[in-house]
Amino acid sequence: MSITLENVSRSFDGRKVLHDVNLTLPDKGAVCFFGPSGCGKTTLLRLICGLDKPDAGKVHIPQGTRFSCHFQEDRLLPWYTAEENLRLTGEGIDAEAWLNKVLLPDAAGLYPDELSGGMRRRVSLARALAHPSDVLVLDEPVRELDEATADKMLELIAQSVGNRLLILVTHDRSQAERLGCRVVEFPLDGGAP
Amino acid sequence: MNANVKRVLRKAFPIVFWLLVWAACYRAVGQDLLLASPLQVARRFAFVTEASFWRCVGMSLWRTAAAYGLGIVIACVLAVACHASRLLDEVISPALLVVRATPVASFIILALVWLSATNVPILAGILMVVPVVFANVREGISSTDKQLLEMARLFGWSRWKTWRRIVIPTVTPTFVAACQACVGLCFKATIAAEVIGVPKNAIGTQLRNAKTYLETDALLAWTLVVILLSMVIERLLRAAFERGMRRVHHA
Repeated sequence: MSITLENVSRSFDGRKVLHDVNLTLPDKGAVCFFGPSGCGKTTLLRLICGLDKPDAGKVHIPQGTRFSCHFQEDRLLPWYTAEENLRLTGEGIDAEAWLNKVLLPDAAGLYPDELSGGMRRRVSLARALAHPSDVLVLDEPVRELDEATADKMLELIAQSVGNRLLILVTHDRSQAERLGCRVVEFPLDGGAP
Repeated sequence: MNANVKRVLRKAFPIVFWLLVWAACYRAVGQDLLLASPLQVARRFAFVTEASFWRCVGMSLWRTAAAYGLGIVIACVLAVACHASRLLDEVISPALLVVRATPVASFIILALVWLSATNVPILAGILMVVPVVFANVREGISSTDKQLLEMARLFGWSRWKTWRRIVIPTVTPTFVAACQACVGLCFKATIAAEVIGVPKNAIGTQLRNAKTYLETDALLAWTLVVILLSMVIERLLRAAFERGMRRVHHA
């Protein structure tokens, strides 16, 4: 069973962001939502994750689908350390190993407000990758990272996807190519890519 | 001069200053019935050696603790229920605003018709605590970061885990601020209800008796007891809450 969108429309304050969108996502593999800022990529992502409802149309999410997500914002709990934020995501997660993988070996005991923006994003990325899920949603995962670190994070993402469906949101086509994504071009307008 | 001595003198200065003002007022008034001297009040403090003093203090503190604890529990339950049900919120929130605006004496006199003199002070204390704690907890729950709640939902957290890890730590600072703000109010409302209801073994009853028998020195001595107890309670609670906050945030 796949996630499907049928004639989905969504507006904000009278401005149509998505209009009559039809889309079927595969069970596994990699899909990239590609396009300029403000064209509805994140809105579509929120509909797919069940965090928002369409004004018209239907979003079918197979029952029991488990998501893990790296949002545009880090969304770390400010009262827990980096290590605790990772552990809270799921039982048995080796937080220390994941912090090493995102090149933050010394960040375990630090609180989010003690980390830089880029470090927080990497903890958030580690949380999404570590969480056991069927769909891995990454909304601009390497934004604000320097080129070398971004390169290593893309490598880590490629290694960690496993048997999941990866949905990547980006406006950098090379990232989609690097992760072998099927590209869905935005803006969508009644499109069925 | 040693720094410690300086600090002690600095702290003692306002106390000595106001004692001198008090003594000057006593001399100016010249009638023990209208204003007792600091020395007369100090002599009255001999009552701390009597068992009846400690019975009164103990019972008043017990009533305050009961009112405070029950008030906090009721306020938290109502705040959570009102968060879950908009209809309930529309019924409860305005009612508590009315309770907050109503003079506590009105409730005390009304409650004396229904309840025993022993229980009315507890009700008065509860009525002081509930609106304040309710408003802060309700506000705290509403201000929980929606993005964190979305994250919890997406990662499949249970409702209990979401509350324990996100909502409770968010609410804790406003809850603690409310609890700290109303402990003094609760204690004073309890004493005020004791003054009106005159239950057995109560600081308020002693204040009422002192007024009835025109014992100004006893009235002032018991008032000082209330002030000192209020300060001790507030300090102890502040320390306890600070420790509790650290535990909630770094559990």
